[in-house]
Order: sequence, then C-alpha cells, then structure tokens
Amino acid sequence: MAEARRFSVSAMPGFRAITLAAFAMLYAPIVIIVVYSFNAAESISVWGGLSLEWYGRAWENEQVQEATVRSLLVASLAAAISTVVATAAALGTTHGAPFPGRTFIYAAINQPLMAPEIVTAVALLIVFASVKVATGYTGLGYLILAHSAFCVPFAYLPIRARLEGMDLSLETAAADLYATRWRTFRRVTLPLMAPGVAAGAMLAFVVSLDDVIITEFVKSAGQDTLPTYMLGQLRRAVTPEVNAISTALLGLTVILLTAFFLLSRKRD
Amino acid sequence: MASAAERLAVSDQTRRNWLLAAPALILLLLGAAGPLLVVVAYSFLKPGEFSGVTWEFTFDAWIGVFLQQDIFDETWGLADAHLAIFWRSAKLSVLTTVMTFVIGFPMAWFIATRPANKRAIWLFLVTIPFWTNLLIRTFAILEVIRNQGVINSALIGLGLIDEPIQMLYTDAAVLFGMTYVYLPLMVLPLYAAIDRFDFRLAEAAFDLYASRWKMMRRVVLPIVRPGIVAGSILVFVPSLGAYVTPRVLGGGKNMMIGNFIELQFGQGRNWPLGAALSMLLLIVVLGALLLYVRVSSDRAGERHG
Repeated sequence: MAEARRFSVSAMPGFRAITLAAFAMLYAPIVIIVVYSFNAAESISVWGGLSLEWYGRAWENEQVQEATVRSLLVASLAAAISTVVATAAALGTTHGAPFPGRTFIYAAINQPLMAPEIVTAVALLIVFASVKVATGYTGLGYLILAHSAFCVPFAYLPIRARLEGMDLSLETAAADLYATRWRTFRRVTLPLMAPGVAAGAMLAFVVSLDDVIITEFVKSAGQDTLPTYMLGQLRRAVTPEVNAISTALLGLTVILLTAFFLLSRKRD
Repeated sequence: MASAAERLAVSDQTRRNWLLAAPALILLLLGAAGPLLVVVAYSFLKPGEFSGVTWEFTFDAWIGVFLQQDIFDETWGLADAHLAIFWRSAKLSVLTTVMTFVIGFPMAWFIATRPANKRAIWLFLVTIPFWTNLLIRTFAILEVIRNQGVINSALIGLGLIDEPIQMLYTDAAVLFGMTYVYLPLMVLPLYAAIDRFDFRLAEAAFDLYASRWKMMRRVVLPIVRPGIVAGSILVFVPSLGAYVTPRVLGGGKNMMIGNFIELQFGQGRNWPLGAALSMLLLIVVLGALLLYVRVSSDRAGERHG
C-alpha cells in the first residue's frame, strides 16, 4: 500500500503544471474582458475604479439595442424551427428498427457540421443574392432560414441521444392499454424525451446567437446582429463598450449552458 | 419469408420515418446543402463585370486558383500570391494542431486521472470556453496582445520596454489565437480516449522496467491513437477554414484561405474564383474527414479480427 502511494502509475512529471497553466491561459483573457467591462477608465492600462458606465452606454446605443433585439429574434425563431424539425427527424430515425436510407438521413443532417462555415456562407451569399434581386425581398427571412438550417444538427444530436436511451417498452405498454398513437406520443414519448428537446433547443439558441460568419455574409444592409456589430466595431478602436456587450453575452451563454448540462445529465 | 402484410407494414414504417425526417431535410437542402451545389456551378462560370457571374462555361476560375497569366508577355506562371496564402493556411493549421496536442494531451491525461467525482467539474471547465462565443474569445486575445493591451501596458508600466512590442497582426498572433480557441476541441476527444485506457497496462510496462516516457510512447500513445486522430481532425478542419481569428488577429496582411475567399466576393469581385477556392477548401476538408472515418473503421476491423 505504502509502495503504491509513493509510486503512482498515472502521475506524469510536469503534466499538472501544464494543465494548470493551460486553464489559466483559457480563462485569463475572458476574466480580463469581464473585469475591464467594469472599468471606469477608457484605457485598459488604467484602472479608474468600478463603474457600470460602459453597460449604460451600450444600453443607450441604438445600434446595440437593435442588434440585440435582432439577435434574440433570429436565435429564438431559428431555435424553434430547428428544434421542431429535428425532433421529428429524431423520432423518424432513432425510434424503432433500421430502415432503408437511415444512414443517408444521418449524414444529411450532420452535413452543416462537416462543411467549413465560410464555404456555406459563400454558398448562401451566392444563392440569396440572386433571390434578393429576383424577389426584391431583403427581410430577416434569409437569416432565419440560414440559422435554422445550421442549427438542425445541434438540436438533433441531444434529442437523438435522449431517444436512444429511452425504454421503448413503455410505448408498447401504452399501446397495450388501448392508447391511440397520438395519445401514446403525447402522454408517454413526449414527456420522456422533453429534456432532450429542451437541451437541443438551448444548444441551437446558443449556436445561432454566437454565429458570425454566415450572418456576416447573409445579412442585408442594416441587419447587424450583436456578433457582426462587434466585428464591425473592430474597424474603429476597441471600446470598453464592446467588453460590456461581450460580458453580457457571455453571462447569457453560461446560464444557458449550465441549464443544458443539468438537463442532459438528468437521466429519467 | 415475410408475408405481404408484414412487408407492407415495414414499407409503411419506412415511409413514416422518411416523412418525419422530410422537414429537416428540406430545410437543410434550402439553407445549406443546396446552395453548395450552386457554388460548384459558379466555379465553372465567367466573372461578371462588377460582381456576380456571366453564364458562360469555362475552366478559368479553376486554372486561376493555381496559375496566372503575365499581363505583358502572356506567359503562364504559378499564382505565387495564392500559393503563399495556401501555404500559410496549411502551415498555421498544422502548427495549431501540434500546439493544441502538446498542451491538450497533458490536460486530458490530468483530467482522466482525477477521482471520478472531480472529473465532471474539470470537463465542465474545458467545455465553457468551448461553447463561449468564438468572437468574444478572439477579442479577449486581442485585448491581451494589442499594442495598448494588457501585456504591453504591463511591460511599459514596469519600465521593461519603452515601445510596445508588435504582437498583433503577425502569424504568431494568429497561431496563438487559434491554439487558444480550438484547444477544447483537442482535449475532449483525447480525454474520451484516455478515460477508457486500462491503467493496468501502464503498471505492466513499469513492471517490465519501462521509464515513464517509454511507457507513454510505447503503450499509451498507440492505444489512444483514435482519440489523437479525432482531436487532430477536429482542430485541423476549423483551423483550415478559419475566418474570424485570422481577420481579427492577423489583419489584412496575414490572410488565411477563408479571408481570401471573402475577398473574392468583396473588392476582388471575382465570384467564380471565390467559388473555386471554396470548393477546393471543401474538398480538402472532406478528404481529411474521410481519412478520419477510414482510420477509425480500420481500427474497428482490427478489433474484430
């Protein structure tokens, strides 16, 4: 016993130090952004005391307001649409015996994860540019369509994971008790898969909220979302206002992710 | 032999499954896969006068990816500017993959050897940055390394330097930024592989007088190879197509292929060339993914054999 304690099979010299340094590296820049968003001074080299000034400025900035509303609107609609279609697809592909074409459907649904985002962005730019000219419509529909599409795999995967772990005999039992198909779905399947659906929706929402590249290429003039607004600000000097927006967005993401983990961990 | 009724039930089931998947497939066809086919078509057309294309079939764009014609003597030569960008993209992507492995392997090992109840917390700490907005993380790096940023201010404040060190807008900045943003993509699959590693094998190696490094090289690395391949692909693929990080940290001079593609749809206004470049990027990425599938299924075959 004493021997085993002195000599650990798994301890490697230096690994702990590298790990701790790497975690410090991962978090330090984020912490800096958060801390400096509360800095009263404009320069990052001066600490002017705690202040909410930059949050106030961001809040009053009309462009930021509009971008925030647009981001939330697009993300909500994209999450809703992608979750509905992904739920149906998950029920079709995961529930029950394998069928002809199932592998094809898997591959098709995961396709957006495989193509580099810049390529999809360029493809959408090309197609939507022609559609915009042909129809004269330049509204938010394009952004919502594009976001819904690339959110599908993110919504689909947690739902599928949930369905795969589900006990199918409960549905058989419901059918044995003369429940109709719809009733079985509503009273048995849906409540059981609900955490997966919620997790998928949240993931889709976060992914849509964070998107930069596809939005940058698809948006029409004056349709900035928060990330593209921030990217645009970069051409001018970096202002602490961007730090404040980043921190707010970061907070929202962390809350949603924590909820996602709690939901996807909870087995039955 | 299935009866007619059973066969009918099976095909009924298949039809129902396809109908359930149909909305998702249609959405993806409209918003992702379909437009990719249009890009293929565009790469074989002539550029339009201001932007867009004229509908005339030509291989010009594809030839233009690699070759260029001298304006004066009309001789063909390699398109040096393009090749320089390809080379930078490939080099930075490979280096990013190597860097994330060198840092990520000790992290994954460390996490996998924690007591079971602590692992989830460490993993969550890796996952938070992974799901945090890439743009925000790139901005964070920008704040750290720019001329008026944290490092330079601190060094000047301490009196160590008088002039800020130019770190931003260099290849090193892009490499550092990509290593930073893609590190979790390496750690997670490595962790999954090391977590399954049977530590009795390490014990056996030590019993046979292997040193720690020899044990690592001869026992651990071959066994966790699928995790290494998965992590490398997951880092290499987005690095090669990176757009945000090189744009923010590399500036206009240190372009990668993603930024070069965008340029074709902006000032350059050569849409077919941009389309051909996009297809080239897509082909390389799909090739890497196919390689990954082959490597992982080869191993599955070994296990059965």
